[in-house]
Amino acid sequence: MRGERKDSPAERNHEELAALKAEGYNMLVDLTCVDYLSQNQTPRFDVIYRLMKFDLIEGQDLGRVELHCAVGEAPVLRSVKDLWPVADWLEREVWDMFGVQFQDRPDIRRLLMYEEFVGHPLRKDYPITKRQPLIGPKDGAKADSPSFNILKPTITGE
Amino acid sequence: MPLEASIPPAGTMTTQIEAALGWARKYSIFQYPFVTACCGMEYMSAAASHYDMDRFGAGFPRFSPRQADCLLVVGTISHKIAPVLRRIYEQMPRPKWVVAFGVCTCTGGFYNDYSTVQGIDTIVPVDLYIPGCPPRPETVLHGLTLLQEKIQKTGGRLR
Repeated sequence: MRGERKDSPAERNHEELAALKAEGYNMLVDLTCVDYLSQNQTPRFDVIYRLMKFDLIEGQDLGRVELHCAVGEAPVLRSVKDLWPVADWLEREVWDMFGVQFQDRPDIRRLLMYEEFVGHPLRKDYPITKRQPLIGPKDGAKADSPSFNILKPTITGE
Repeated sequence: MPLEASIPPAGTMTTQIEAALGWARKYSIFQYPFVTACCGMEYMSAAASHYDMDRFGAGFPRFSPRQADCLLVVGTISHKIAPVLRRIYEQMPRPKWVVAFGVCTCTGGFYNDYSTVQGIDTIVPVDLYIPGCPPRPETVLHGLTLLQEKIQKTGGRLR
């Protein structure tokens, strides 16, 4: 990976990122999260901001940096939507998949999953066989069809 | 009754009404392509001039389910879009047929996870399964001829 790695305490993420933006990192390339539950690492989550210095005139990549914020259970971070508007959807996605909450921003709701979905599917303690279909066989009921595939077990419930 | 009266006049043939209806319907498949994923590329290839689905009378995709009689489900169906697919199926007039195009629609494929429907036959009745990831156009055309056979046998039923 090109660029250097920086670490920041979770409560200082906005200050660190604002300083990096003032340094010239004008583009938020990605905002994502890793769950280290299976490695028994504390704190459990690692929220990663990837930034790029982008020359708008030449269209060139002038350097990258990665900021890691380690956060524990029930994680809360300060939103950076005011620095980079693109953080809006990225924060919604991280909340949707990992349950990391972002403060000081409106309208935090699921981006990819549906509103009826319970839990955060990319957390390592989300059961791998858990299914939450909106329609279809929840309780083993079969679709009303002669061609319905009765041989295939469908994983439902817990 | 004299023998001459039972012979049909020249230029006509006798048949059963169901067989005639099935014959007519199998060569005028009005498809509704429900394209959600990468299989759509292969569907375009099968439908465009090189492989030419039009040879089998299925050359006219309708983009309203109310004008279609064959629902082609092309691509992975997630739980989020499953109610939409069900609703589109319910909007189609009878008689109607459903084709599961590609392995994701048949069984969920390798997406055995929290987001993917494990086969669209858990949501809508399916008449024809075309496996493959994605299926080659030859497979699609073979499937289409099998669907035509099915329509010939059962599609003429007066419901």
